[in-house]
Amino acid sequence: MSEGDKKAVGVETIGMTMRFGGFTALDTVSIKVPAGSFHALLGENGAGKSTLVKCMMGFYHPTAGDILVEGREVSVTSPRDASAFGLGMVYQHFTLVPSLTGAENLVISREKVPGIIDWRQERADLADFMQRMPFKLPLDVKVAELAAGEKQKLEIVKQLYLGRNFLVLDEPTSVLTPGEAQEVLGLVRGMTKAGDLTVLMISHKFHEVTAFADDVSVLRKGKLTGTGRVADLDHKAMAGMMIGDQPITALDSRALTKPDADLVLKVTSLKAPDRTGLKSIRIDDLGVRSGEIVGIAGISGNGQKEFLEVLAGQRARDGGAVLVKGSPYASSRTEARTLNVRLIPEEPLKNACAPRMTVAENIAFRTFDIDGNGKPVNWINTSGIKSFAASLVEQFKVKTASLASPISSLSGGNVQRAVLARELTGEVDLLIVSNPCFGLDFSAVAEIRARIMRARNSGAAVLLMSEDLDELLELSDRIFVMSDGALVYETPIAQASVQTIGEHMAGHH
Amino acid sequence: MDPTDIGLWGVPLAILGGAIRVSTPFIFVSLGEAITERSGRINLGLEGTLVFGAMTAYAIAVISGSPWLGLFAAAAAGSFFGLFHGWICKFPKVNDIAIGIALMLFGSGLAFFFGKPFIQPKAPSLPAIPFGGWSDIPQVQAALDVNVLFLIGAVLSAVLWWAFRNTRAGLIVRVVGDSSDAARAMGLNPDTVCLLATGVGGAFAGIGGAYLSLYYPGSWTERISSGQGLMAVALVIFARWNPLGCFAAALLFGGAGALGPALQSVGVTQGYYLFYAAPYILTLVIMIATSSPGRSLAGAPGELSITK
Repeated sequence: MSEGDKKAVGVETIGMTMRFGGFTALDTVSIKVPAGSFHALLGENGAGKSTLVKCMMGFYHPTAGDILVEGREVSVTSPRDASAFGLGMVYQHFTLVPSLTGAENLVISREKVPGIIDWRQERADLADFMQRMPFKLPLDVKVAELAAGEKQKLEIVKQLYLGRNFLVLDEPTSVLTPGEAQEVLGLVRGMTKAGDLTVLMISHKFHEVTAFADDVSVLRKGKLTGTGRVADLDHKAMAGMMIGDQPITALDSRALTKPDADLVLKVTSLKAPDRTGLKSIRIDDLGVRSGEIVGIAGISGNGQKEFLEVLAGQRARDGGAVLVKGSPYASSRTEARTLNVRLIPEEPLKNACAPRMTVAENIAFRTFDIDGNGKPVNWINTSGIKSFAASLVEQFKVKTASLASPISSLSGGNVQRAVLARELTGEVDLLIVSNPCFGLDFSAVAEIRARIMRARNSGAAVLLMSEDLDELLELSDRIFVMSDGALVYETPIAQASVQTIGEHMAGHH
Repeated sequence: MDPTDIGLWGVPLAILGGAIRVSTPFIFVSLGEAITERSGRINLGLEGTLVFGAMTAYAIAVISGSPWLGLFAAAAAGSFFGLFHGWICKFPKVNDIAIGIALMLFGSGLAFFFGKPFIQPKAPSLPAIPFGGWSDIPQVQAALDVNVLFLIGAVLSAVLWWAFRNTRAGLIVRVVGDSSDAARAMGLNPDTVCLLATGVGGAFAGIGGAYLSLYYPGSWTERISSGQGLMAVALVIFARWNPLGCFAAALLFGGAGALGPALQSVGVTQGYYLFYAAPYILTLVIMIATSSPGRSLAGAPGELSITK
């Protein structure tokens, strides 16, 4: 049974060190999270945030260092130990079972589940438990049918139901709309203020840290580079602790879009089935002019992916027209080549690369079968491919052991750089981009955004789909919101408000 | 006995009787496969398990004189095959479908090897309950001569349907089948759960085999199975992994299988071979009708390799 009335616990790590072979992932990190506080943990990908919390949760056995719970030294060697001390973690990716209802998920996650479940009793207990929670949730609906925000709340409720009062939240808002993020973090904040809960939140987003956290600790390359009261630190100071003194590519300033610029992409009454086959996406009218970035915002799963797949030729359409510079476009290789259409899909390793082929071959996908004059060739010029790839690898700073390494051996940021190199080289009239910076670190993100902006400034029409609203606000000239398979809202960037966009994303209009 | 002429009424009656008689192995194999697939694995080896179960049951029944002992031996042999499949599949990068096909051939081959001496002797049959005693018409009596295994299968499908919702074991199997990450986060070991689910599935398939050799057709030959084990896999998908659906689908397949003999018995002499193919055609039609290039199947366990 739950012990929701147990009070929050405080946790402290002392000199936590974790080595994997010769690599030190975590180097004597000591952080203190007092009971009832909201502590933010900042850092780039690979800075050691996950390693630190996994050591705290008993997934890893630290090479050195101690954990103190309520000031007493404890030994946490498994997630079960952590749970016994009231420590729980909410993962970035949902760990709920989609085909089970909320109630089934809660009951089955308990340590002791009776062999035969008396649902009447359980439902009464759950209703009683939910009374004490600030979260309101439907528990009789399959988790697959819940919105992302509700799933996130259910994840948190699950931890509380299991009697855990110290929660690690791993980027809890990455899949939420701004409104949902506000709500979830606000409720969690309320519980910490009431002393019912202690929170350690891993985050990338400074504005969330500023709005909700009491204290912050920053990691860089496995070391603690800063810690303090959030009230005493501004975004610049936190960014400095996070990335150190490495140079960040600055975004080019926006060149003015000519109002009479050519319409490069025109989509009218496009219809296509979505992933489930039960619903369809409908794009009634969308135009992208030369020299502008049109952003498409939306919560994952509202048809953006299907729209991109149609444009990429990965999904058949039921009807409608896609025109590029006035001619019909069906995503064939010839059309893409003559009309200068380039594509940077999300998860580039899966959607834009042949993972086991070499870096050089992958970079040459657009050009390997034509010669310098655009005529088809019969024999592949291997040395030509190599030198072409070598120059691009140099120019786009792709870090690879060799041009002959399989592209799957590269890190996410470098795969994305290689794909950018391929797609942005040569004439680009239309660039279609989806979630280009997902999961990449600070400097890669800055560089990739700068390159997209540069392509825009040199006259490309850019269609940018992203789940990261900050990215869209930074890059776009106009923003559309996609919800339930259709474009439901349009705003020029000058009048864009996060509040309104968020409401449309959530489908509240 | 001189059969009373009941004319064309014989066809639906024979189909009903056939559905009950022919469907029993389908019920057991598909319930077993439903458990296995709900845990996220697919065991195509059940065809081999079925044949080996049929042989084991027959052999033990001949030796011991007890059909029940034969049935238990078949279940034990089946669960051994299932556990073997589950054990191999827990190694990384092992494809459960490939292992299933290998075990299908292995099971059949092993059954033929050990089964040679048992082709001649006669084993005692599993008992049937004559529900048709109220009628004077022999066709009705024949159709309603229901084997106990059919009744057990019917009860079992209802129990399983209930258990998937209301027992810890049922929920755990569903959790593992739908998201092994979630299962690990709960401290469950997906491999162990899959292993046990495959073992239980194998035991069910063994029982299905025992029914074949100990009741209908009721003898051990090398051609005893006509692909029931494989068709049961299609049937589970058709039934959307729902045990009650498995039961209904098995009846449908059984009825289709009885169509050929039924037509023959009322004197249709031409083309009835075509109707012998009815279950296979039904399998094809169902698979085509229920699949679509654009969407995944509703209710499919998330970890199942064929639907991923």
